[in-house]
Amino acid sequence: MTKDEIRRTVIEELGNIAPETDAGTIDPEADIREALDIDSMDYLNFITALHKRLGIDVPEVDYPKLLTIAKATDYLARKLGL
Amino acid sequence: MSEFLMPSLGADMDAGTLVEWLKRPGDAVKHGDIIAVVETQKGAIEIECFEDGVFERSLIELGVKVPVGTPLAFIRTAGAGAAAAPTPSPSPAAAARPAAPAAAAVPVTAAPIAAPSGEVRASPAARRLAGERGIDLAGIAGTGPGGAIVSADIERAAAARPTAAIAKPARRAGLDLGEMRKAIAAAMARSKREIPHYYLSHTIDFGAALGWLADVNAQREPNTRILAAAVQLKAVALALKAYPEFNGFHDGTAFVPGSGIHLGTAIAIRGGGLAAPAIRDTDRLGLDDLMVALRDLVARTRAGRLRSSELSDATITVSNLGERGVEALYGVIYPPQVALVGFGTPAPQPRVLTAPDGTMQIVARPAFTATLAADHRVSDGHRGALFLMEIERLLQKPEAL
Repeated sequence: MTKDEIRRTVIEELGNIAPETDAGTIDPEADIREALDIDSMDYLNFITALHKRLGIDVPEVDYPKLLTIAKATDYLARKLGL
Repeated sequence: MSEFLMPSLGADMDAGTLVEWLKRPGDAVKHGDIIAVVETQKGAIEIECFEDGVFERSLIELGVKVPVGTPLAFIRTAGAGAAAAPTPSPSPAAAARPAAPAAAAVPVTAAPIAAPSGEVRASPAARRLAGERGIDLAGIAGTGPGGAIVSADIERAAAARPTAAIAKPARRAGLDLGEMRKAIAAAMARSKREIPHYYLSHTIDFGAALGWLADVNAQREPNTRILAAAVQLKAVALALKAYPEFNGFHDGTAFVPGSGIHLGTAIAIRGGGLAAPAIRDTDRLGLDDLMVALRDLVARTRAGRLRSSELSDATITVSNLGERGVEALYGVIYPPQVALVGFGTPAPQPRVLTAPDGTMQIVARPAFTATLAADHRVSDGHRGALFLMEIERLLQKPEAL
């Protein structure tokens, strides 16, 4: 999997969680909680979806490391050894 | 034989539109079965049946909006013969629940109203219909009073379009945020008109609960992790066992205790609007089951797919600002309930701790502000304060929740 594919996966899963918004058009550096009006349940569903899709179990203490699309992409790429 | 009526799904509902039958004549139905889908201001609601029997026949056409209490179908109940079918009641209003005073009614087919100059004049019903059909009001000549656009104009415009050109509905399936706003307005206006609210506020140390939760969640995969909100809900539910005067309804003359502890959980919808569906018997659910229920409820609220009992059963409401918000929330009670518990955003706060030897020190602790809005016809501030303190006490021993 390439980093670009990871980024697309992140955007796709955010889109599933907030279908009323367009995750693909937000600033990759923006806090997704603000940009997509994501609450703690949405965020947990996002982390759960990433676990299912990529097999990466993000512990709670790492949650702050995935708060933007860019940071989430970097974090997941690192975990996948990219 | 019994009549299956358009149910009232709360103080803010006066009518609904039957959009789908999930049972056909001759089908067996039992208590709790979802037998119809009704479009309301709160979205498409799955309507449950409260009797065992056989679905005999439908009494109204799909797509027809009828007042609460209107018979929708005949259910042949066990022991009753098919020949005993009564004629449909000509007076649906007579069957309406007396608990819903006229003051709470929302106009469904309001007369066209004058619009500020420059805007298109259209009745609310026509605007809604136009939204549903994806029709631009600007291109329509109105035939209503003063040239206002009425529903019939929209129907004509929709029929005149080539089929292929029909746009996608301009709203989410089952959810019309404009209608939902009207429902919220009606319920909240009634609340402030009728309920003498009093308010209390108390800051609660969240350190023990968050610490315990972090340990629990560190051992779990994401899909079984527990949110702080579930812990707070459980604490409220257990505290209500000791303070039942906050759990129930006011019927206009007296307090009626709830038959169980069913927490209405305020869930915000992106783009505006909210609903507070009930989690039945919250006090009897373990945190894992409560979390499953909460996740399911949030998803279905946002998709506009709740069940009728979830909208009518709540015995109190809990509104939680969650992680992104402000210190405190002072709620408006959802009638005919008699209390609302509000939770502000948890944050580190300076707290004064007293050691056993009496010395005091200021420490930073995670904390949040819990508020209570309660009905003074039913309870007083003293009991309200004890109720908030009971929630605080329970949250200091999260492992017992």
